[in-house]
Amino acid sequence: MVTINGTAVDAAGKTVSEYLQEAGYEVSRVAVERNLSIIPRVQFDSTILADGDSIEVVSFVGGG
Amino acid sequence: MSNKSDKLVLGGHEFNSRFILGSGKYNLNLIKAAVEQGGAEIITLALRRANTSPKENILDYIPKGVTLLPNTSGARNAKEAVRIARLSREMGCGDFVKVEIMHDSKYLLPDNYETVKCIEILAKEGFVVLPYMYPDLNAARDMQNAGAAAIMPLASPIGSNRGLATKDFIQILIDEIDLPIIVDAGIGKPSQACEAMEMGAAAIMANTAIATAGDVPAMAGAFRQAIEAGRTAYLTGMGRVLTRGGSASDPLTGFLR
Repeated sequence: MVTINGTAVDAAGKTVSEYLQEAGYEVSRVAVERNLSIIPRVQFDSTILADGDSIEVVSFVGGG
Repeated sequence: MSNKSDKLVLGGHEFNSRFILGSGKYNLNLIKAAVEQGGAEIITLALRRANTSPKENILDYIPKGVTLLPNTSGARNAKEAVRIARLSREMGCGDFVKVEIMHDSKYLLPDNYETVKCIEILAKEGFVVLPYMYPDLNAARDMQNAGAAAIMPLASPIGSNRGLATKDFIQILIDEIDLPIIVDAGIGKPSQACEAMEMGAAAIMANTAIATAGDVPAMAGAFRQAIEAGRTAYLTGMGRVLTRGGSASDPLTGFLR
């Protein structure tokens, strides 16, 4: 299992791009971190999620 | 000095507006009108876990050409703020970051010590770092030495709309720190923004005062006017204050007897 934004998800083996699209994220409007390291957007297609990974998918919201 | 040549310079970037607008706590549909009526060229944002199937994205509501200033809200120490700043930059919207580090939910006061540590790291990585801080001269000097592009002292607690509670200490920063001093947090009314600008503040950052107003874009417009009035008054040189007595404004000769 992969932990994504705090929730265990069966996403091991998928690329970051595949997972984001399947889950319904707006891919052009998120940044992704794996095990506290940023995955550059150009590597979304080539980065494969692995069991035990901890992933954060973030985006901008209103704030001060 | 004419207002056309009077630029706010942050990390080598020039701005004509001295009003930094927050985007929190009001309808995304009002952002464009608030930016336009406020004349804002910089808008703050926050970074949070993304939703799947988002209905809307704030970036679609911000007019083109407006500089994005992501904050590090949620960070409780320097390490977390650095992490948020790096993720924000990965969004591809520029190098600006407003560092805010707090670990107290009652007063939301910033941690100046952790903020200095964070600035040291981010400035070396090429960020334009604007630190939110408690107005303390020694901390502000440390922030300047660490590579801050401006200093953002609080006027009163975040979201309180209580105005310039720290006025005397902000004045010390304006007088002693050779960086733009941007008054952030607590400014609740245009008159308070104007007062801070009259004191020599370089800019005003406001969110709650606008977000909780009856008419959000109109209040942004009122802030614009107040900030411009205060800036002009500051540049003009304020009239003197008498400590005692009065001074006639009319001729002291030619009275009817």
